[in-house]
Order: sequence, then structure tokens, then C-alpha cells
Amino acid sequence: MSQATNSQIHMPDAAATSAAVITAQHLNAWYGQTQALYDISLAVPPNNVTALIGPSGCGKSTFVRCLNRMHEEVDGARVSGIVAVEGANVYNRGIRPMYVRRHIGMVFQQPNVLPTRSIFDNVAIGARLNGLAHGKKLEALVEQSLQRAAIWDEVKDRLKMPAFLLSGGQQQRLCIARALAIQPKILLMDEPCSALDPIATLQIEQLIDELKRAYTIVIVTHNMQQAGRISDRTAFFLLGRLIEEDETIRIFSQPAKKETEDYITGRFG
Amino acid sequence: MNIRTSLASASKPANPFQPDHGLLHVRRQLANGVCIFLTTLFAVAAATFLLYLVLYIARQGLRFLNVAFFTQAPKAAGELGGGVGPAIEGSLIMVGLAALIGIPLGMATGIYLAEYGRGFLASTVRFLVDTLTGIPTIIFGLFIWVLIVVPAHSFSGFAGGAALSIIMIPTVARATEEVLRLVPKELREASIALGATESRTILRVVVPAARAGIITGIMLAVARVAGETAPLLMTAFGTPFFSTNIFRPMDALPLRIFNSTLSPYDIDIQHAYAGSFVLILLVIVTSLSVRWATGGFKPRGR
Amino acid sequence: MQFPLAGALTATQQRSRAWLTQLRIQARRPGDLLFRSLIILFVVTVIGVVVGVAWVLLSSSLPTIRTFGLNFLRYNAFDPVHNLYGVSPAIFGTLVTSAIALILALPIGIGTAIFLVDFCPRRLRAPIAFLVDALAAIPSVVIGLWGFLVFAPWLQHTGEPWLQQHFGFLPFFQGQPQGVGLLAAGLILTFMILPIITAITREVMLVVPVSQREAMLALGATRWEVIRYAVLPFARVGIAGAAILGLGRALGETIAVTLVIGNQAAPPSASLFNTGYTLASVIANQFGEATPGLFISAVMEAGLILLILTLITNIFARLLVARLGHGRVRKVVI
Repeated sequence: MSQATNSQIHMPDAAATSAAVITAQHLNAWYGQTQALYDISLAVPPNNVTALIGPSGCGKSTFVRCLNRMHEEVDGARVSGIVAVEGANVYNRGIRPMYVRRHIGMVFQQPNVLPTRSIFDNVAIGARLNGLAHGKKLEALVEQSLQRAAIWDEVKDRLKMPAFLLSGGQQQRLCIARALAIQPKILLMDEPCSALDPIATLQIEQLIDELKRAYTIVIVTHNMQQAGRISDRTAFFLLGRLIEEDETIRIFSQPAKKETEDYITGRFG
Repeated sequence: MNIRTSLASASKPANPFQPDHGLLHVRRQLANGVCIFLTTLFAVAAATFLLYLVLYIARQGLRFLNVAFFTQAPKAAGELGGGVGPAIEGSLIMVGLAALIGIPLGMATGIYLAEYGRGFLASTVRFLVDTLTGIPTIIFGLFIWVLIVVPAHSFSGFAGGAALSIIMIPTVARATEEVLRLVPKELREASIALGATESRTILRVVVPAARAGIITGIMLAVARVAGETAPLLMTAFGTPFFSTNIFRPMDALPLRIFNSTLSPYDIDIQHAYAGSFVLILLVIVTSLSVRWATGGFKPRGR
Repeated sequence: MQFPLAGALTATQQRSRAWLTQLRIQARRPGDLLFRSLIILFVVTVIGVVVGVAWVLLSSSLPTIRTFGLNFLRYNAFDPVHNLYGVSPAIFGTLVTSAIALILALPIGIGTAIFLVDFCPRRLRAPIAFLVDALAAIPSVVIGLWGFLVFAPWLQHTGEPWLQQHFGFLPFFQGQPQGVGLLAAGLILTFMILPIITAITREVMLVVPVSQREAMLALGATRWEVIRYAVLPFARVGIAGAAILGLGRALGETIAVTLVIGNQAAPPSASLFNTGYTLASVIANQFGEATPGLFISAVMEAGLILLILTLITNIFARLLVARLGHGRVRKVVI
């Protein structure tokens, strides 16, 4: 693949980002009869890393899955409330979930590459399906996405190889590249490092720090140190409720709520 | 005009989640629609075919189902009346024989695989049992013919039962192994800890705990061999007369259906339909009750 | 801190295992030995049956194997008058009917499985799955009866003339419509192997990890795109196994095929309207007339070839679906 310097790929960069803000208002979510989220209201500022922390089962994953309408893919799952992304409520009638997802990148807990497809196809597939680019332009887009995901140098000579040959950390960065290739402005990450070893985790964390200049990132993590290292703002969830949300430094130094303090200091969870 | 458009756009917030290309959107939705349509069509067609088959056989067969059908022997070629009594009697005897031989062998194999079987021998046995399911049943007919019919110089109900018993073995063995594996280890340990011997533990604790599942497997196996025809062609052979001597040729319902289907006489065709209905009823009742007993009606899917 | 703990756990496990073994040794009393011996005796019997089947068929077909050798596969008739026997039409019929069945049942079966897993409303899922599964339980002779009395006549008067009218330019649909024949047998087999292909495809689709589906969904894929790019590629080995298991069934199916295939070798041509016979149907059909000597031996060798064919397909298929794990496949393949 040639170095794509002459092509015109739209990818957001630090200079030209629109105000991609997510605002959740009175968001409730259920799995069947079980309510998983209670009346969550939260605003995510642009070009910023917002970490969602809390003990497992607190609803932080459910919350991010509500943002791009992935929650409803679970049998019997339901949502009420408003999630405004780029000024429109994604739950409005007439808005198709598939196009909400197409405009919001998502990275999952397990590096879920399509194992039998090539590295190139794994990155290209979203762009191809949505008709974002063809031919040379697509190659350029794939390269750019892989570069942004800091994996280009490792895979540029073996783009045709099936993706399952990569290591776990590489697979996860490939998943990030795949999410970037649909050219979103928002990136949702659901515990992206939980299946990785410390070195791979470090690489992903550095990458997130890079990416936040161009993307608005919401990341779920069960690891408080990680939240402290990479996020600008932190939201603490407990039992399906949002306890508090503030600048990360404040949350970790002088939290407003006692539950947060208990959790941060390791008194439970 | 201008005002109206601006009003409209003001009242309805812009949708940022648009397809990138209108035409591509149409094409993707179309492909999705075609997929849903075709898969629905296939599934409905497959299900409808079964319903049609059952209802058709029922409609044709029910009319000719009467007491004589079950109790009388077939009359001479083309004569009206009569029944398939010998076939039903023969089927009961041979399936009974098959169960008598096949259930102990199958259960023993299942117990061995679940309780004792380890290492090479166990995987060999498991492989052979799996292999047994894939062998066409007519092969067992040839086997028993050489083994029993030729030395005895006679087709016989016993040979038929023996051939059917081989077909039962893998089904019973698998069902037994599967359910025995589900019995919690604690139950075994508790029994052994209380001083029960190994054999007592298996026979009095483990097998009874798995009773329902084993019975389910046996029912499936019985229903299956009750409908078998091919291996009986060269073992039981068939006869139009009542006969309870298991060392003489014996009739069986599937065998009677097979022969009657090819008959030029209406009465035989009628018997074939009625007999088919009886077989279908047996199979449907069995699999329905098995489903019900094993909770198979809970929707399985994503 | 972590390592000593792990070591301690292992030690505990070892101790409990040793305790269990001890219990087992103590528990081995005369009754246990008897029971164990009985079980082993039965198991050996079962092994003996399987080995015996192969041995009996092989030894019974030795006369024809000695007389004809590989020509048995080439000769095209069972001819007691000239004492010439061969199974080439039977192999041809077996392959053609199985191929028709597989070509039709594979897409229909996969489609049905996709519907049941992805599109079927929850309430209808179990009933429709039951109806499709129940098709497998219908005795072969009943399907054969329907095929001979209803389906074959319909083919002769409606189905085959229609095919001839619209696709008559193809060599497959030429000649005299007769109802019974290769086409009828292939179509009947389609119905018969559809349930197993559906059931196994459904099982392999159900073990595709949710994360694979989500990978596609998160990129804005439609349901079909999720299936095409995430589910089917992931399940493809299992689906291949399903197809081959279906093929194994089709190869060995006897009674229904015997009733609708015509049991007469037609002069070689590509027409599917021709009658013919399969390995299984030639056994069922010729056995009644077989006389001791080469004739019986020829029937036995047909059985031997059928046994080998089905064994190979079954073992191969099981290797392919093995990744599903024991329970899931066994539940399906009864």
C-alpha cells in the first residue's frame, strides 16, 4: 500500500473538531425486569477523556452501550430517557440505530477482531459497508486508521494475513483502528484493557492519550489507577446510579460524596 | 416558502445520523430484506411440509383405522377387509426384544463412559458408539442375516429384534452418558462416604438420579426402531399370518407398509396409510412428551 | 503473595484427590468387581458388534472381491444369468441423488437456521424448531409411501413437465417424465436431511460469541451484514460438518429411496428423470432374489462399499463439528 499523502480523507484532527458532546438526560435502562440504570444525567465535553468507574454490576457498561444504542441488542433490554449526541436524541423516532452506531466508534472488552478476515479487511469493513471509501482512498483510510491506532508499523507488511494471528494487544489496537476507520468523532471504550497484559495496557493507554486530541472518548474501566492516569473527567457509578461526576483530580483528591470516597479509598468494591 | 422551510427545520432537529449514500442505503436495506424474506420462507416451508405430511397421512389413514385393522390378519390378495394385526403384534414383539437386548447394552456402555471410562479405551468406545449412529441401518440387516438367519436356516422375529437392538444401542448409550455426567459429583461422594460400595452407588444413587433422562433416551430409541424397515427386510422378512414364535418369520408394521405401498390393491394402500398414521402418531407423541419432559419448549436462541 | 497461595490450593486439591482414590480402592468389594466385570462384558459386546459388522461384510464379500476385484466398481449390472456383478450404476445413483439433496437442503437448512436464530419472533421459535426437528423423526417408510403414492405421480404429471418446459434446454431435464427416478429420490432426500443440517447449523450459530456480532453491529451493520460477515464465517467449519453429516444420511437412506427411485438402471445419460438405484436400494431390492454364491456376495460388497462411504463421511463430519463439544453435537445427532 502506498503512503497516502495526496488523498483527501476526512478524519477529525485537533484543529478542526466540532463540539461533539454527549448529553444523557434521565436515562433509565432495563434488562428484562431488572433495572440497570436509574435516572442518569451526564454531560460529556468534547475532546476529552471521560472515565466511568464503579464496582462491577454498577451499570457503567450499560451506560456506554446506551450511548450508541447497542444496549437494545440484548434480548429484552429497554431504555427510557434522552441521549443527545451532536444535538439529536439518538432515541428519537426516525433515527436508525445502525446509523447511530456508524457515527460512534466502539471498542469492546474482548478484542473482537473477525478472526478469519485479513488485517486489512478488519479495518476496511466498516468503511466498505457504509461506502466511505473505495480503492486507493480506502487503502489510505485503512493506513491512516492503523497509524492512529499505533499499530501500522507492526502490521504494514502483513496486511493480508488473517487477524487472529496477532497478539491480544495488537488485536485490541486493530479493533481501535477499525473503530477509527468509520470516521467517528466519539469513541466509546468498554474496559478495553481488561483482557490485556500490562505492556499492552500501557500501549493502549498511551494511544488513548494521543487520540483524545481528535476524539471525544468515553471509557469504562474497573481500574481506578487507569482512570486516574488517562482521564480528564471521571464519573462514579454505584448500583445503577450516577453518584458523582467531576474532574478526575477532584474525584480522586476531594470527592463530594461519601460513597465515592469509600470506593476510591478501597473501603468496598 | 422560505419561512415554512426554516420553520420546519427549526421544529424538527437535524438528524446527524444519516446514511452516507442514499443509494447504498437502499441497497443494504434491500439485501437485508431479501435475507429476512428468504430465510423466513425456507423455515416456514420446512415447517409447513411437516405439517402437511402429518395432516395428509392423518386424513388418508384415519378413515381406515378400525378395530379390524388392529386385530385381523390381511385377507387374500385384493379381498376387502382384514387388517394388519400380525404386523402390529410382530412390531410389539420385535421392539420388545430389541429393548431387552439393546437397553442393557446401551446403558452399560453409557455407564462405562460416564463412570469408568478414561483414556484410550474410553475414547475408542465413544468413537465406536458414535460410528454406530452413522451406519445405514440396512447394514445391520446384512450383519444379522449372516450371523443369525443363515445358521438358523430361517428368517425370524428374533433376528429382527437383534437387528433393531443394534440401532438402539448408540441412542441409549449417549442419553445415559450425558445424563450421568449431569449428576453432581457430591452425590457420588456422599454415597461413597456413607460406606456404600461403588456398584451400589451407581445403581442406587447415580442411575436413579438420572432416571428421567435415561427414560427419555430409551423412549426416543424405541420410537426410532419402531419405524425401522430396512434391516427387517432380511431378518424378520414378514408374514401375513399371526405368529408368536420368535424363531419363525414375523411381520412388522413398517415392513407391512413398505410391501403394501407397492401393492396394486386399494385395500393394501389403505392399510399402508393407516399404518403410517399409527407410526407417525407414535413418533409425534414420543417426541412431544420428550420435549415436554426435558423442557425443550423453552425458546432457544439469542 | 500470590504464588504460595496457588501452591497451597494445588496441594489441597491433590490431597482431596488422593482421598477420593483411597475411597475408591476401599469401595472395591466383590459386588463391585462383579458389577464392573458385567459392564465391561457388555461394553466389549458393543465393541464386538461394531467390529463384527465390518468383519462380516468383508468376509461375506470376499467371493466377489476375489472374482471381480476393482471391476466390481466398473460393471454396470447385477446379472445372475452371466454371473456378472457390478455397482457402477448404484454408485452413480447414490452420488447423484445425494448431490441433489445436498445442493437443495444446504441453502434451505442454513436459511432456516438463520431464521430460527436471528429473525424468528421468540414465541414462534420453539414451535417452528420442533416442526423442523420432527421431520427427522418421521419414519423413512412413511416418507417413502408419500413419495411413491403422492409425490412421484405429481412429479410425473406436473413437476417434471414444468421443468422440461422451462429448463428443458438443460441436459438434466430431458427425456420422458416418469415420476419415480433420480430426481424424485434426490428431492425426497432433501426433505430427509434438511432437519439435521438445520439443527447443527443452528447449534454452531448459537456458539458464535456475542462479541463477534457486536463487532459488526458497532460498525453500523444491518442484521444480514452481521450474519454474513461475523456469524457465517465464524461458523463455517461447523456448517461444513453439518453438510457432510447430511450427506452421510443421504448416502445411507434406504427405504424411502427404494420406493421412489425406480430401481432400474437407465442407459447412461445426464437426465434426472431417469430411473436408477443407489447402493442402499440395490441391497434392499436385490436381497430377496439373491441366490447363494456370487449374487449374495455382490449384495454384501455393495453393503461394504456403503459402509465405507458412510464411515468416511461421518468421521470427517464429526471432526469438523468436534469444536462444538460433545454435548451439543450429541444432542442433535441422535
